[in-house]
Amino acid sequence: MKFGVVVFPGTWSDRDCGWVIDQVLGHELTYLWHKDADLKGCDCVILPGGFAYGDYLRTGAIARFAPVMEKVGEFADRGGLVWGICNGFQVLCEAGLLPGALIRNASLEFRCEWTHLSVERTDLAFTSRCEEREVLRIPIAHGEGSYFADPATLSRLEQRGQVVFRYCDPGGRVVPQANPNGSLHNIAGVVNARGNVLGMMPHPERCSEAALGGTDGLKLFQSVAETSLKVLVS
Amino acid sequence: MIARVIVTPKPVVNDPQGLTVKQGLASLGFGEVNDVRVGKYIEVNLDTSSEHEARERVEAMCRQLLANHVIEDFRFELEQERRKR
Repeated sequence: MKFGVVVFPGTWSDRDCGWVIDQVLGHELTYLWHKDADLKGCDCVILPGGFAYGDYLRTGAIARFAPVMEKVGEFADRGGLVWGICNGFQVLCEAGLLPGALIRNASLEFRCEWTHLSVERTDLAFTSRCEEREVLRIPIAHGEGSYFADPATLSRLEQRGQVVFRYCDPGGRVVPQANPNGSLHNIAGVVNARGNVLGMMPHPERCSEAALGGTDGLKLFQSVAETSLKVLVS
Repeated sequence: MIARVIVTPKPVVNDPQGLTVKQGLASLGFGEVNDVRVGKYIEVNLDTSSEHEARERVEAMCRQLLANHVIEDFRFELEQERRKR
């Protein structure tokens, strides 16, 4: 299982993701520079958090023109696993690989705190280790994480079950008080219709070791690793 | 040719910056303010003298990059650049 972690100028979570893959999971890891026009045979491509190209114009707006993104788009079209975390989610929306957009937090504040997520899909490569409605404790760190989509897109997402994670309270109730940024329908993560491109604002790579205060994030990395191994074997 | 592009959040998009500015104005006594929307102003200098061509090109720039159609509206004006003395 080979993971590729994309590095744009301004990316900041690449080494954190790399550490989990390489040191915690023990899987093969390669970094993909934004100018690379080759995904080096990766089975899963991660677009990590940060401020690609300084978030100039809009978050993710410039990153989508990077040479590596053309290949990421082709890879996604072939069914390859693409996982956008935080800024990576913003890039995937700007690139049109996921619907909607991420706008300024309703509070106008950068929020860096633990959140609870209700898992709504467990049939995906990214969540196969989770149980239906399981509550994961995963931190956020963003200023622009308020998920927006027009009403038609939003109802299509809901009908097709493309909402993967919703902010909830520790008991799993999806309530307004648990929404840290004003996201519509408490949305914290969505997947494309095919189920191979996931975007999420919370940072699983920051809670994949007990020393960091939690290990719920590791479940998602393990899910991807296991699922892909199954695909490779079959 | 200079294009003056204005990008604003769509009416259906929550604009917390606009709301905060509105509250600030209200606290300064500008009680007549009904609504405030905060957007962006972008100036683009183009190498063309044809207004028709500039209009088409700037429209394309807005659609492809300057505005995100999911959350933003755009409009622009064109102005012939004054000769430098």
